[in-house]
Amino acid sequence: MADVTADTSRTRTGSWNSDQARARTRKRYAAERRFRMYGIGALCFALAFLLILFTTIIGTGWTAFLQSKFLLNVTFAEDVIAPDGKRDEQALRLANWDKIARTALYQAIGADEANRKQRKDANELLSRGIDVQLRDMVLADPGLIGQTRPVWLLAHGNVDALLKGAIDRDIPEARRQLNDQQLAWVDAAVEKGILSKKFNSGLFTFGASSQPETAGLLVAIVGSFFMMLTVALLAVPIGVAAAIYLEEFAPKNRWTDLIEVNINNLAAVPSIVFGLLGLAVFINFMGLPRSASLVGGLVLTLMTLPTVIIASRAALTAVPPSIREGALGVGASKMQAVFHHVLPLALPGIMTGTIIGLVQALGETAPLLMIGLVAFVVDVPSTPLEPATALPVQIYMWASSAERGFVERTAGATIVLLGFLFIMNALAVFLRRRFERRW
Amino acid sequence: MDAAVAEKPTRFETVMTPAEPVIMKERKPKIVTEGVTVHYGDKQAIYPLDIEIPDRAVSAFIGPSGCGKSTFLRCINRMNDTIPTARVGGRITIDGEDIYDPALDVVQLRARVGMVFQKPNPFPKSIFDNIAYGPRIHGLARNKTDLEEIVENSLKRAGLFEEVKDRLQSPGTGLSGGQQQRLCIARAIAVNPDVILMDEPCSALDPIATARIEELIDELRENYCIIIVTHSMQQAARVSQLTAFFHLGTLVEVGDTEAIFTNPQERRTQDYIMGRFG
Repeated sequence: MADVTADTSRTRTGSWNSDQARARTRKRYAAERRFRMYGIGALCFALAFLLILFTTIIGTGWTAFLQSKFLLNVTFAEDVIAPDGKRDEQALRLANWDKIARTALYQAIGADEANRKQRKDANELLSRGIDVQLRDMVLADPGLIGQTRPVWLLAHGNVDALLKGAIDRDIPEARRQLNDQQLAWVDAAVEKGILSKKFNSGLFTFGASSQPETAGLLVAIVGSFFMMLTVALLAVPIGVAAAIYLEEFAPKNRWTDLIEVNINNLAAVPSIVFGLLGLAVFINFMGLPRSASLVGGLVLTLMTLPTVIIASRAALTAVPPSIREGALGVGASKMQAVFHHVLPLALPGIMTGTIIGLVQALGETAPLLMIGLVAFVVDVPSTPLEPATALPVQIYMWASSAERGFVERTAGATIVLLGFLFIMNALAVFLRRRFERRW
Repeated sequence: MDAAVAEKPTRFETVMTPAEPVIMKERKPKIVTEGVTVHYGDKQAIYPLDIEIPDRAVSAFIGPSGCGKSTFLRCINRMNDTIPTARVGGRITIDGEDIYDPALDVVQLRARVGMVFQKPNPFPKSIFDNIAYGPRIHGLARNKTDLEEIVENSLKRAGLFEEVKDRLQSPGTGLSGGQQQRLCIARAIAVNPDVILMDEPCSALDPIATARIEELIDELRENYCIIIVTHSMQQAARVSQLTAFFHLGTLVEVGDTEAIFTNPQERRTQDYIMGRFG
């Protein structure tokens, strides 16, 4: 029985098929399975929340991209627009555009023009912004005067809310935004096909307004664009230059260590503090105008710089030292080695980091509150020094308005902002894929 | 002189094998060093070192890891300048000119003293651009035809032209390891240097590629002063005319390669060559 004793001695010292070894293997497999389950669980949790976020935002916001409009045969009557024969801009601006629109509406829905009550009820169906719409049409093409044209005119916010199902028809007339007569007209108009929901181009072409149907994002989009331009023109060159100097040229001593630590700290400073700094330095000390997108851009530049510097330094460090040695070895100067070899290789990383920084800046609200970008701006700014708002700030302002039209616009503006962020992120991914080099 | 240095002998006697190496009689010395020392921070990497390196010959530096042979090699083109903590003392002359003279431009020096590294490190550019880079920044080519000629000649001298002549525009990183290293040699000779330093150029290559590089070094010896750092004793014996043995930051023995390998004078040299340590 010599072989039996040999067997037991082997199992005792932990052979691969002993009971203990099998138990250990089982335990190891179980631990790995458990860990995978945790991972999948965490992922599902995150995805579920993302899904909830997107469904609510898109569910609430998609109607903001549609707007109820009346199709009316508008007669640009010369005796109303230019009774004294003057057709200069000043005269056209003062013309009674409302009357033209209302006359067309009375005809279309069959309201009695002589009845004061009926006139009032009918007038409430049209948006208060239609005078601007008609005026701009005629200013653009004065030849319209004297002609009759079918025009899509904005319906009032209440009509829009009714069409989108936001007004309950069952509540008593006295407490309803639209009375029975108006409801009947609206239903008849929908029936006739002269009232329907069209694509809401106004969302992208109007500025601020107290009526939801004429409130748009253009001022915010232009303001955000100016700010991004300022950030891109300032933060990128300054940040990349600082990163190159710190990484490639600066001596490694206590001072550069201190600078490095402080740059990392700056990246963690709450953004509202940057807003206060901007208020104190750019507006109070340097005297730049309040509410200007230039100031917003400067504040966001300060906020984005640490991100750009950190990302650029990381990209530069990732370039293998053998490339620098190779360049120096053939007699390139330090600067030639950096600009001919290291920087081109680090560029995809730098661009990605920069775009991430820009995306961060685009979504930033808090510092802008401090420098007056929370403003009711109707006219689209044509320079960065004129008053403007920013996309996230516009969302913040609309979110505090009560009308049903602003609720859907808040979500709609969020979709627009997320769209811009998504496009910029996609650009970052594309640039990285396109220019990434392997060595 | 500070206490730390005073405890150790400040100068080590280097043994010459034979008393005057034959190669030094045949060739004029290209590089002469006097009392070269290197410190990394507080640590001394090289103790005062004197050596003469002949022109138009291959000199091999051998010795165990960490003995300072690569450090010394990097003094010759002042590559150690790029390490912030490194300090170099003593005097190194090339053709009688002190290369640590503050008036001398280090970029010019590196154009005259080319370097090939342990790991092939072609630039992530085309084969053509890899070689054309040096001549471009030094203004060696007057026009495009000139540049093309330099690239072609460099590739021919590095024995790579036949293999890559149809794909000069494809990336240099797409070549095999041995081809990449020959590309790096071509890149080094494209700027027309006097001296080529090679820091273990074959340690990342297979035997066939190694043989190819060794052949190439042997051919280049006609025109350049070549210094090669190697861990392979056989390689030193095969390609070099002068061999220098380094140990613990000192130059122990230097002499004709044949004499060093057949009749070393120093005990440590003999032990290393016999493979008793390393």
